[in-house]
Amino acid sequence: MPETENRRLRPKISRQIVLPWKKSLAMAVSSLKIRFLRSLITIFSLVLAIAFLCFTLTNTAIARELYRLHGNMALPLLIQAGYLFDPATATINAGPKELWLMVLSLLVCTVGIVNAQLMSVTERFREIGIMKCLGALDRIILRLFLIEATILGIFGAGVGCLLGMLAAWGGAFLNYNTFDCSEIALLPLLAEASRAWGMGIGLSILGVLYPAILAAKLQPVIVMKEEY
Amino acid sequence: METHHIIRVVGVTKAFSLGKMPVQVLKGVDLNVATGEYLSIMGPSGSGKSTLFNIIGGLDKPTSGRVFIDEVDISQLDAYELAWLRNRKIGYIFQTFNLIPVMTALENVTLPMIFAGMPGDHAVDKGRKLLGDVGLGERFLHKPSELSGGQQQRVAIARALANDPAIILADEPTGNLDSTTGGEIIALLQKMSRERNVTIISATHDFKMLSVSDRVVWILDGRIDKIELRDELKISLGTIQERHEPARP
Ligand SMILES: Nc1ncnc2c1ncn2[C@@H]1O[C@H](COP(=O)(O)OP(=O)(O)OP(=O)(O)O)[C@@H](O)[C@H]1O
Ligand SMILES: [Mg+2]
Repeated sequence: MPETENRRLRPKISRQIVLPWKKSLAMAVSSLKIRFLRSLITIFSLVLAIAFLCFTLTNTAIARELYRLHGNMALPLLIQAGYLFDPATATINAGPKELWLMVLSLLVCTVGIVNAQLMSVTERFREIGIMKCLGALDRIILRLFLIEATILGIFGAGVGCLLGMLAAWGGAFLNYNTFDCSEIALLPLLAEASRAWGMGIGLSILGVLYPAILAAKLQPVIVMKEEY
Repeated sequence: METHHIIRVVGVTKAFSLGKMPVQVLKGVDLNVATGEYLSIMGPSGSGKSTLFNIIGGLDKPTSGRVFIDEVDISQLDAYELAWLRNRKIGYIFQTFNLIPVMTALENVTLPMIFAGMPGDHAVDKGRKLLGDVGLGERFLHKPSELSGGQQQRVAIARALANDPAIILADEPTGNLDSTTGGEIIALLQKMSRERNVTIISATHDFKMLSVSDRVVWILDGRIDKIELRDELKISLGTIQERHEPARP
């Protein structure tokens, strides 16, 4: 009898637990604001890594621009600065050291985000358990964490990009002052910066995936335990 | 007229495995609860009250046995249906209040309504009204940390009533409150259960709870020791208190 009873229930209730997007967004924003310090800690490594990434990418773009504008005249300086020149395709690329540092910093940053998010989830065990007692579905919890991470990514990586770009432009003014830089096109530089930005947002989301799944899978009964 | 049993507990056992040794906490509990009843579960610490509470409320699964809520076996429910059950059918009240610390009283009360798909302004209206009903009309914008224990428990009661549940489960709702405040909370629970015909099951150490209960279930070491009706209680209440009260700090 319970089986048929359950089947009778099923179509009626399958879509009845909801959290509208607007409300999810509002909750995520207020959660980030209230835990501002924790949010800062979470994005700290992201800001640094994306600043470095954006700095390196923008620098390379500036180098390319210089080569485009001044051709072989600029080459000695660029090669001295560590860039690789591929004569076959006539392109300037970042040196292996820079590439290696970029990859390394992104790795460290991802580990940093995962670590900070795990701590943040642990701090919120009780809160998540309460939401589950009130009927929250796994995917509602998951979504809240993903939205928070996306917002953190947009801001953290955004700040990182700004810092990186400023540093790269400042450096270019100092290092390449013997050349006429007024013709440098902005677009390729901004394209590199937005690549770094997108990468940062992606990493922020990637870093929260495991902690968020952990949070979503929490059992509501944990609210009964004293230790959280 | 046949009484309608909103909850039926049939042969529920629960074992926890601590390391290699399984600990049998519930050893076969059978219990029927009538709609609108105020039921108290009494018993010494560690007798399994909270464990039974969690199982009846769908927060935990029994090792064996079944729990029927409105004749639906809740062990057969999938994640969505369980969430629906927690959202609509049951309101929980805990010893430690368990409000969400970063949300205001009103936000805490409206959250279950939002989950239930109620439009925001309706939820706010209803939340304000519920907070008024529990005597917190003015303090809806305060965070839990800015409220006293008794006030927090009032918010929790308002939240438990948010989606007009059929059942309220309360695990030691007065456990963290002083005697007077505890008495007020008990009176409030009783008032709510009368007005709304909500079934209340409350695990408790608090003897003040007995006088408002329709029935008291005494649990001892994972089994039901005895079930007493209110009338029988009145007679034995004096001796109960004599027997138990001195042992309490
Ligand atoms: N998750 C768990 N893992 C292992 N043992 C548990 C778990 N939860 C409860 N127990 C054990 O089950 C027994 C009953 O616990 P329960 O919390 O149900 O008691 P209680 O009657 O509510 O006690 P109290 O009045 O102190 O709240 C205790 O011995 C406890 O140690
Ligand atoms: Mg208990």
